[in-house]
Amino acid sequence: MLALALASVPAWAPRFWIYIATQALIFAIFAMSLDLLLGYAGLPSFGHAAFYGVGAYACALLALRDVDGLAPLLLVGALAAALAAVPIGALSLRTTGIYFLMLTLAFAQMLWGLAVNWISLTRGTDGLIGIPRPTLPGLETLNITFYERGAFFILCLVVAIVTFISLQALARSPFGKTLEGIRENERRMRALGCPTFRYRFAAFVVAAAFAGVAGALAAMSNGYATPDLLYWTGSGLALVAVVVGGARSLIGPVLGAFFVLFAQLGLSTFVERWELILGALFIAFVLFLPGGLVGLVRRT
Amino acid sequence: MTAGYGASVAVRNASLRVGGGEAVALLGRNGAGKTTTLMAIAGAIRPTSGTVEIDGRQVTGQPSYRIARQGLSLVPQGRRIFTTLSVRENLTLASRGGDLAQVYSLFEILAIRSASPGSTLSGGEQQMLAIGRALMTRPRLLLLDEPSEGLAPQVVRNLAELVARLRREVGLSILVAEQNLGFAFAVADRVYLMERGEVVHEDAAGAFREDHALQKRYLGV
Amino acid sequence: MELSVAGLTVRFGALAALNRVDISVATGERRAVIGPNGAGKTTLLNVIAGELQPTEGTVHLGERDATSLPTWRRARLGLGRTFQRSTLFSQLTVVENLALAIRARKRGGWRFWPVGDRALNGEVKRRLEAIGLAHLAGRTTARLGHGERRILEVELALAASPSALLLDEPMAGLSAGERQTTLERLRSLPRDVTVVIVEHDLDAVFALAERITVLDHGVKIADGAAADVRANPRVQEVYLGPI
Repeated sequence: MLALALASVPAWAPRFWIYIATQALIFAIFAMSLDLLLGYAGLPSFGHAAFYGVGAYACALLALRDVDGLAPLLLVGALAAALAAVPIGALSLRTTGIYFLMLTLAFAQMLWGLAVNWISLTRGTDGLIGIPRPTLPGLETLNITFYERGAFFILCLVVAIVTFISLQALARSPFGKTLEGIRENERRMRALGCPTFRYRFAAFVVAAAFAGVAGALAAMSNGYATPDLLYWTGSGLALVAVVVGGARSLIGPVLGAFFVLFAQLGLSTFVERWELILGALFIAFVLFLPGGLVGLVRRT
Repeated sequence: MTAGYGASVAVRNASLRVGGGEAVALLGRNGAGKTTTLMAIAGAIRPTSGTVEIDGRQVTGQPSYRIARQGLSLVPQGRRIFTTLSVRENLTLASRGGDLAQVYSLFEILAIRSASPGSTLSGGEQQMLAIGRALMTRPRLLLLDEPSEGLAPQVVRNLAELVARLRREVGLSILVAEQNLGFAFAVADRVYLMERGEVVHEDAAGAFREDHALQKRYLGV
Repeated sequence: MELSVAGLTVRFGALAALNRVDISVATGERRAVIGPNGAGKTTLLNVIAGELQPTEGTVHLGERDATSLPTWRRARLGLGRTFQRSTLFSQLTVVENLALAIRARKRGGWRFWPVGDRALNGEVKRRLEAIGLAHLAGRTTARLGHGERRILEVELALAASPSALLLDEPMAGLSAGERQTTLERLRSLPRDVTVVIVEHDLDAVFALAERITVLDHGVKIADGAAADVRANPRVQEVYLGPI
């Protein structure tokens, strides 16, 4: 239902709101990927924006080398993020809980530092600019480009729906169930013969890949990739979205992403210190509505 | 008294009495409501209806620390000792004028390991520590939830002897929920039987011990 | 699968939780390990299971030297265990708990698409009925009573179809009826499953065990046929009390 409602948006909404909704969808994809880690695997990652940023930069670098096919651009975003996740996951996943959180944060900040300082590759804080919209062979015949009003929005909507369906299937699969078991009682899973490290590692890499896709979409949407995409506040905002939306179901992060984005927008129009209010909202949710927005809906 | 967890009622309309210096056993299968009864008396959960009185004074609904100050001490099922504190710290933290030497003489291993952190004790040793900790509060009424669980047979015998001694010397009242009938009969004057949240039978311990038909009916022994 | 430990020593600082312990359990044997509190019984199980590394000595599972293998690999070799404190998947239902154990045994975790597994569901149902918890199938384990948790704890280990099973005080906290159920579940194990049970419930010990090993203060003080150990004066002095 939500998808259909969203699909109608380009028809009636002003350009600005289409843009906002696009950002919300990209954020939703990012948040869903984090939920695989936080809600299903029980891994509180505070460095997920790193993979988002890596995906954006990979896409940007490829686009600036005149590759403009949609598929390769998205794929390179996913692959680059997955590759970055391999060493980070291999090291961070040796820990759990608060230590894992700190390690992922540290690695993400390292990558941010890399983006700022590796000027020859990333142009530092200037960022990579001038990224064109991608092309899709089928669309050219219909004479539509992704610059058309609402076209890119629909693309993001499609990717978001595919992400939702894939992660939903993954969560309900034996793999997903095993992850849940590891989250609930790792000691017991090991005593039952489960190589828990491997499962968490797989989840970490898959989550990174989806974050990378979101990052690639962001680069294409905005037309640029800058270091702030990897900054820890991005990871933090995604965590807020997942928790506020409801961590144990995949629709939660989607609701949370929209909520956070619109709250940000709404609050910053009126209040300078909007982050304070968002923070207070977050605390209120954690204290009074631990099930998030999804929990609220379920109760009513 | 009626009590439960959220929407489920675990104890329904239960009434029982423990007189001064008396030892009473609460028997019944798992799930009969023994633990809930003890928790409700101690104030760990709030009864939904009914009253709890200590020495004729109403304590229903009071927070557990206030009930504890009236001389009631609960040894809950599952030990729940402070794992990061040493044995000695566990015991002295709870002390309200308690006799450390007495606890050490009852449970020798606690004396030997008095400086070790609680987490290094074995399961049974932790159980001893939990009981010792309760004794350190100089209770007038001691609630014990399956105290013999995980204890070696000899230790169980020692514990039964200690409880009897405490009753004689200090006038301690005891309410003990138990599966181990041997321990229950060694300690108690009277027994209550619980089934599905209700108190279904009351008897003198000696009489119930001989009544194998009743035992089979309520406990499946 | 046969189990053995040789020269097993576990030291925590100055304390020797286990001291040069040698135990050998044949395939299909039913062995009880008894002893006073603090004797090192749970420590022994933790070393065999791989959660604890011995200071000295070796652990053999079947023919393999398992001393340096991680827990999950030993479980894959066929070792199962229960924990003294129930170690369940607390936010999951009883059915989901059992399903996880069976799926782990079948190594079915690397499928990324939802699959209905009729055989698995059927087995979950059978086991639920065998332990008498069918009426609690949809309840989360955090809301189960103490005895029910203990029974599920044992069944999770059984669901993994181990060839060697370590049981840590499975009878603790069980009512008479529940003890009966558990005893029957254990008796129904295939004859070639090796069972090592740590217990204080002497009725269960003598009902199940063919041979008994007695530990005291980390040292093995007796090891032999159940009847002989029972009559052993030192064992009576240290643990059993007058018989």
